[in-house]
Amino acid sequence: MNRPTLATLVLSLLALLLVSMVLAVTFGPADIAPLEVWQVIGWHLGLLPESPVGRLRDAIIWELRLPRVLAAAVVGAGLALCGAVMQALTRNPLADPYLLGLSSGASLGAVGFLLAGASLLMPLGAFLGAGAAMALTLLITQLLGGATPSRAILAGISVSALAAAATSFLIFWSATGDSYREILSWLMGSLSGVVWPEALLVLAALLLAGLPVLLSGRSLDAFAFGDTAAAALGVDVTRLRWWLLGGTALLTGVLVSIGGAIGFVGLIVPHMARLATGSRHRTLLPVAMLLGASFMVWTDTAARSLFEPRELPVGIITALLGAPIFLLVLLRYRRVT
Amino acid sequence: MSAGLVVSGLSVQLGGRAIVDAIEVAAPTGSVTGLIGPNGAGKSTLMRAILGLVAATGSVRFDEADLLTLPRRMRAQFTAFVEQSSDTDARLTAREVVLLGRIPFQSIWDATPSAEDLAQAEAAMAAVDMTAFAGRLYQTLSGGEQQRIQIARALAQQPRLLLLDEPTSHLDVHAQLAMLDLLRRRARAGAAVLVALHDLNLAASFCDSLVLLHAGQVAAAGPPDAVLTPALFRQVYGVEATILRHPGDGRPLIAYDLPG
Repeated sequence: MNRPTLATLVLSLLALLLVSMVLAVTFGPADIAPLEVWQVIGWHLGLLPESPVGRLRDAIIWELRLPRVLAAAVVGAGLALCGAVMQALTRNPLADPYLLGLSSGASLGAVGFLLAGASLLMPLGAFLGAGAAMALTLLITQLLGGATPSRAILAGISVSALAAAATSFLIFWSATGDSYREILSWLMGSLSGVVWPEALLVLAALLLAGLPVLLSGRSLDAFAFGDTAAAALGVDVTRLRWWLLGGTALLTGVLVSIGGAIGFVGLIVPHMARLATGSRHRTLLPVAMLLGASFMVWTDTAARSLFEPRELPVGIITALLGAPIFLLVLLRYRRVT
Repeated sequence: MSAGLVVSGLSVQLGGRAIVDAIEVAAPTGSVTGLIGPNGAGKSTLMRAILGLVAATGSVRFDEADLLTLPRRMRAQFTAFVEQSSDTDARLTAREVVLLGRIPFQSIWDATPSAEDLAQAEAAMAAVDMTAFAGRLYQTLSGGEQQRIQIARALAQQPRLLLLDEPTSHLDVHAQLAMLDLLRRRARAGAAVLVALHDLNLAASFCDSLVLLHAGQVAAAGPPDAVLTPALFRQVYGVEATILRHPGDGRPLIAYDLPG
């Protein structure tokens, strides 16, 4: 099998992502040309002496659309990374932060902190929720008699249902009027109204959690034939698993606190990337991240453009695209469930 | 001071039961040691315990090194293990699977396998006669081909101690003989080989010495002639057997008496 080299893949996907992001910024009610986007970025980074566009257009590009497009790219990359890592660690082709209940747990934690009046600490609440949900899912999987993909999914569904019910109850109990609608739209997965500090927060979380994960790619390869085989190749299985699961819980928490529970991206993007690159994680992880970023940029653009002026929660689009692919993966891996 | 693997007083407890019970085993460098015994005798667990893959008490030494306390990465640089079955959903080619054997030698900063890694992988695939399959996806290989790729992966680790759990189970008789001959040549070239085998005639033909396990303990150990006796067959396997001699070289051949 001949496969494209890592450098070729990464460079072309980076180019695709850059073009996607700039084009995504031009989408919307105000007509904006790609060149204007570059000029505004250049001016804000101090590369151009004066603003090339009017103040209003500048605000639309720099304050309204760019942070959102950047956040979409980061959320897509982060979800794809979390999915790929969880699939490798649990040897479960169906693993993904959404299906294993992490996203719902994170939502519960975030909503809990929000309604308690600590909206600044929402990412922390989401992280705690994601970590608790992951622990609970793994525990239930053990109680069901050990890890198989279908048991993990069943455990994830039950944890998801529990967390979702608790979240709904919290909202019912304390939210009113507008905040009710806002929270509901965010719960379905939405990047509406993302501002720079939030975009930079997810970017920081992705870099912080993503770099060590990318470097552990080779150890993840060792898991291909199970824990014993990995240990026989010198991998500290227990420590690596805790580190990486902790890292994915942290990252999922931050992603959910910004974008809500966006499903299926973490499931389908790694599978698409694997078809192109195979399963070596040194190649797979960066490719999945870049692919996830572009995917999310376009789905989020569709979410805010399709029914203008109304906005569709992007989680609905990813679920519409993702659920059928989930079914295909399920059929393909029938024998392991 | 004998070079090679020396196991003493090794025990593994699982659920309050001793799966491996105070075992003494030696597998000297330069020879093939066969591990035999009925299902559930503790062969697989013993192998895992030797490599520190399950919690165990006792002592496992290889040459000067204490395998139970050695950092696992260093241990993986001179020991290799081939499990009984190796399945994966990962989309890896045969060559990529063999390259997994180079993980203990790579730093986390290396982006791609080194020339040395690639050379070792090619040599290992050539040794098991699988060079032509290098680019095939692992899942598309037959059971026997997968087994040979796993052995190539182990050889790519350049092991001085090679442990194999039933490496011939999916092979036809030609491939079985080729595999055991390969293991014997590896041993003569300076490795200690410990191999669990179900086929006792194969074990008698290829192993320099045998260790017979029964209920977590060593029932007999020594050259095949000393271990394969009718009395031990009755005691350990619960079957009646007659030991014949190969007309060519006089090695023991086992003929089972039918029950009833």
